[in-house]
Amino acid sequence: MINLSDLRGFALRFLRPLDPFLLAVALAIVAVATLMLESASPERLEAHLFNLAIALAVMWFMAVQPPQRLHSFALPLYVVGLVLLICVAMFGDISKGARRWLNLGFMRIQPSELMKIAMPLMLAWYFQKREGMLKVRDFLVAAVLLALPATLILKQPDLGTTLLVLSSGLFVIFFAGLSWKLIVPVGIIGVAGIVAIVSFESQICAPGVEWPGLHEYQKHRVCTLLDPASDPLGKGFHTIQSTIAVGSGGMLGKGWREGTQTHLDFLPERHTDFILAVISEEFGLAGVIIILILYCLLIGRGLMIALNAATLFGRLLAGAISMIFFTYAFVNMGMVAGMLPVVGVPLPMVSYGGTALVTLCLGIGILMSVQQHRRRK
Amino acid sequence: MEIKTPEQEIQRFRARVVVAGLFVLCGFGLILARYAYLQVVRYDYYSTRAEDNRISLLPVAPNRGLIVDRNGVVLARNYSAYTLEITPSKVQNLEDTIDQLADIIEIQPRDRRRFRKLLDESKNFESLPIRSRLSDEEVARFVARRYRFPGVDIKARLFRQYPLGEVAAHAVGYIGRINQREMVEINDDEELAANYRGTEHIGKTGLEQSYEKELHGTSGFEQVEVDASGRAIRALARTAPVPGNDLQLTLDIGLQRVAEQAFGERRGSLVAIEPSTGGVLAFVSTPRFDPNLFVDGISTENWDALNNSPDHPMINRAMNGAYPPGSTFKPFMALAALETGKRAATTAFHDPGFFVFGNNTFRDDKVGGHGMVDMVKSIVVSCDTYYYTLANEMGIDLISDFMGKLGFGSRTGIDISGESIGVLPSQAWKKRRFKTPAQQKWYAGETISIGIGQGYNAYTPLQLAHATATLANGGVMFKPHIVKYVVDARTGQRRVIEPTPVADLGFKPENLEVIRKGLIGVNLYGTGARAFAGAKYTSGGKTGTAQVFSLRGAKYIEHQVHARLRDHALYIAYAPAEKPTIALAVLVENGGFGATAAAPIARQVMDYYLAGIKPAGAVQDDAAAETEGTGD
Repeated sequence: MINLSDLRGFALRFLRPLDPFLLAVALAIVAVATLMLESASPERLEAHLFNLAIALAVMWFMAVQPPQRLHSFALPLYVVGLVLLICVAMFGDISKGARRWLNLGFMRIQPSELMKIAMPLMLAWYFQKREGMLKVRDFLVAAVLLALPATLILKQPDLGTTLLVLSSGLFVIFFAGLSWKLIVPVGIIGVAGIVAIVSFESQICAPGVEWPGLHEYQKHRVCTLLDPASDPLGKGFHTIQSTIAVGSGGMLGKGWREGTQTHLDFLPERHTDFILAVISEEFGLAGVIIILILYCLLIGRGLMIALNAATLFGRLLAGAISMIFFTYAFVNMGMVAGMLPVVGVPLPMVSYGGTALVTLCLGIGILMSVQQHRRRK
Repeated sequence: MEIKTPEQEIQRFRARVVVAGLFVLCGFGLILARYAYLQVVRYDYYSTRAEDNRISLLPVAPNRGLIVDRNGVVLARNYSAYTLEITPSKVQNLEDTIDQLADIIEIQPRDRRRFRKLLDESKNFESLPIRSRLSDEEVARFVARRYRFPGVDIKARLFRQYPLGEVAAHAVGYIGRINQREMVEINDDEELAANYRGTEHIGKTGLEQSYEKELHGTSGFEQVEVDASGRAIRALARTAPVPGNDLQLTLDIGLQRVAEQAFGERRGSLVAIEPSTGGVLAFVSTPRFDPNLFVDGISTENWDALNNSPDHPMINRAMNGAYPPGSTFKPFMALAALETGKRAATTAFHDPGFFVFGNNTFRDDKVGGHGMVDMVKSIVVSCDTYYYTLANEMGIDLISDFMGKLGFGSRTGIDISGESIGVLPSQAWKKRRFKTPAQQKWYAGETISIGIGQGYNAYTPLQLAHATATLANGGVMFKPHIVKYVVDARTGQRRVIEPTPVADLGFKPENLEVIRKGLIGVNLYGTGARAFAGAKYTSGGKTGTAQVFSLRGAKYIEHQVHARLRDHALYIAYAPAEKPTIALAVLVENGGFGATAAAPIARQVMDYYLAGIKPAGAVQDDAAAETEGTGD
C-alpha cells in the first residue's frame, strides 16, 4: 500500500535535481514547439512527442549526473568524436553533396553532432586542468583543440555545424579569460569583414570568382543572402518566401493555422529550420517577442547557474552551453529574417528534429546538474 | 599572465558573464529590430507580396459569337469537346510521352505533325493539343492512367465549327490559333492583352477576322487561391465573361449554295448585292476550301494541297482577283458618254467591223460589222467599234474620272478586310506604275481598248457588282456589307448595320433609262437572250468576254487555246429591271464566252432569288451538311 506522503516523497526526489525555473522555461518553449508543429506539420506530432519524451529523459538523466562524472568523460568523448570525424572524412557516406554521415553497419551517425557537446566539455576540462597556472600557451592549445574538429566539419562541408561547434568553443575560451587585447581587434576585423563583403557584393559574387577555403555552394548561399533577387527560384526562394511570411504576419499575425505562406507551401522547411517564419506569420511580432523573452530567460538562468558553479569546469561549461542557445537562436532567427545565410541551424527546441532536441535538452540537463552542485555560500 | 586568486578568478568570470549577457541582449535586440522592421514598417509591402503569392487571376475566355445567314442558318458555331493537351515545359521527353500516350489513345502521324507545328509556333509554357475530340472511352482510359503523364491533361474546350463546310467559306473566313505576330500586336495594347489572356484563337480571314472585336466578347476572370506549385486550391471570386456578339448576315445561304453549285468545277466568282442597301446576298469564290481545317492548326498535307493547287482555292477571287471587265464595261462607258455629253443616245453610225487608229486596226468580233448602230443597239449587240470610237473621243481622263466615281479602281469598303483595288487606268496611274518616262507616257492608242473593257482595265468582281448595283439604284451608291445585324448574345438586342449611302452620283434619269433599255435588250434579244429565255421577270444584263492572252490579230479559236489562256467569261445583271432588288456580277475564269458560261449562272441565281426556282439536281440539304463534322 503506497500512501500519499510516499508518493510525494518520490516525486520530490525525482524532481529535486531539476531546476524549477529552467524546467518551466524549457517546458514553455517545447509547448510553443508543439503548438507550432500542430500548425506546420500535424502529421509529425506523434513523432515529435516521442522525441520530446526521449529528450526530457536525457535531460533528467544528465541533471542527476554530478559534474565530476562529466569531467571524467570529457577527454574520451572528444577523442572518440575526433576519430569519428576523421573516419567520416576518409570513408563517410555522401548525401546531398556533403560527407557528413558515418555508416557503422547497424546505424548511421553524424559525429559532428556529438562535437557540439564534446567541444565545450573538452575545453572546460582543459582549462580546469590548467586552473591557476593559465598561460598564453594554454589558449593556443585550446585554439588547436577547437580548430581540429571545426576544420574537419567545415570540410564535409557543413557551415552551420561548424559555426555552432566553433562558437561553443570560443565561448569557453572567452569565459576562461582570453585577453581583451585579442578579443577586441578580432571583433573589429570580423565586423569590418562583414561590412566589406556587403559593400563589395557585386564584385565578389561575380561568377568565376573563387573564395579561398569555401565551397561554391557556400559562396552561393552568402551571395543569395546579399541579393536574394539574383536567384529568386533557387536558393533565394527560401529567403524571399520566409521574409514574406515574416513581414506579412504584422503585429499580431494571421492566426494559428491561418498562415497562407505556410499552408500553401510557399514556405520551405516550415516545420524545421523555418518554424520561426510560421510563428511570425501566424502570431506576428507578438509571437517573436514571446520567443525572444523565453530565450532570454533560458540564457539568463543559464548564465546565473554559471556564476554560482562550484568549479571552473562547471562555470565554463554552463556559460558556454547557455551561449550555445544564443548562437542557435540568433543564427536561426537571422536566417529566417533574411539577415544571415541559410546555413541549416534549427531554432533551439522549437524546430522539429529529434537529434537537435536531444542535444539541447542534454545541455539543459548539464546546466541543471551544475546548478544542483553549485557553490554553497 | 599573472596568477590570480580564486576570488579574483570569480570576479573576472562575473565580468565576462555580464559582457556575455549584454552581448545576448544586443544580439536579440538586433533580431527584434529586424523583425519589427519587417512586420511593422514593411508590413504593407510583404502583406501584398503574400497576397500576390496566394491569389491568382485566371482568365475565363468568353464564348465566341455565332454567325448566321439572313434567315438564321448557322454558318459558324461552337461546340464543346475534350482535348488531350501537353504542356511541353512540364514534360521531360516529348517523344517518349507521345509514344506512351499513343498506346492508350489513338494518335495519328498527322496529329504528331500538327503538334510539332504548333510547338514551333508557341511559347513553351502553353498547353498544346495533341488530339482533339476524344471519345468518352478515350477520356476514361487516359484519366485512369493520368498519374503516369505529368504535364499531360484533358481539357474541355469550345471549338469553332463551320457546319456548312465550304459554303460561303471566303465570306465567313475562319479562326486559328493566335500566332506570335498577332500575339505581339495584342500585347501592344494593354486592354486588348488583358482581354485575350484566356483566348487561344483569333479570326484570321473573312468576317471572322473583320468582326473579331464583336465576336470575341469580354474575358471574365476567376480569382483563385493557389499553392506554391500553382495548383488552384479554391475559387475566391468570379467575374463572368461577356460572350461575343452574334452576327446576322445579309447573305442568303440558299442563294449562295445555288450560285456555288452553278459554278460546278469551274473557277470564278459571283457577287450579288441588294442595290437599295448595299447588302451582299451572295459572295462566291470558287474553288472553295473547308474552313474547319484551320481551326486547330491545319495539317501540313492539307495545307500543301490547298496551297499548291493550280486552282488556288485560298484566293478570295470576289475581292482579290482583278480581271479585265470586257464588254461588261460598255454600259458604264455608254453612261459616261451621256453624262459627259460626249455622245447622244440617238447618234448612230455605220459599223464597218473595225476601227483604224494610226497604224493599228482594232477589230470588232463580228466580221463585217453590225451595220447602223446607236447607243441602245451598241449595248444589245455589244458593238466594239462603237466603243473604240467613243473611247477615242472621250479620252482617258474623262473615262477614268467617271469610272472612278462608280467605284472602279478603289476599295468598295466591304466589311471584309484585304480588298484589292484593281486597276483603273489613267495618266496618273501609268505614272505611278512605270519607271521610265517612255513607259509612263499615256498613248492615245491605249485609250481605244479601254473602251471595251480591255487594256489595263482590271477590276474585282465585287467592284463590278458594286457598280452594277449603283447603276441599278439610279446612281445612289451604298457601301457593300455582309453583316446585317450585330446581335447581343445575352439580350438578343439587334444592332443594325445601317446601309450607308456613299454618294448620289446624280445621273440623269433619261440617261439611266437609255442604259436600262440597252441592258433589258441584251436579255430579251441580245447576247443574254438565250440564257434568259422564259424568265418570269424582266432583267437587264450585259455579257462580257475578256481576253487573257493577246492573239495579236489572229483569229481566236477556243479549242485551240490552252485552257488557262482561254478568255474569261463575264456577266453583269440586275432584276427586276423596273425596280431592281438584286444586282450581280459573274466571272468564270477561262470560261470562254460570257453569254454561254457566265450568264446561265446569273439566270439560276436570279430564278432562285426572284422566282424561288431551285435548279434541278441541286443539293439543298442543310441537315446533311450539319452532321458532316469539321472535316478534320
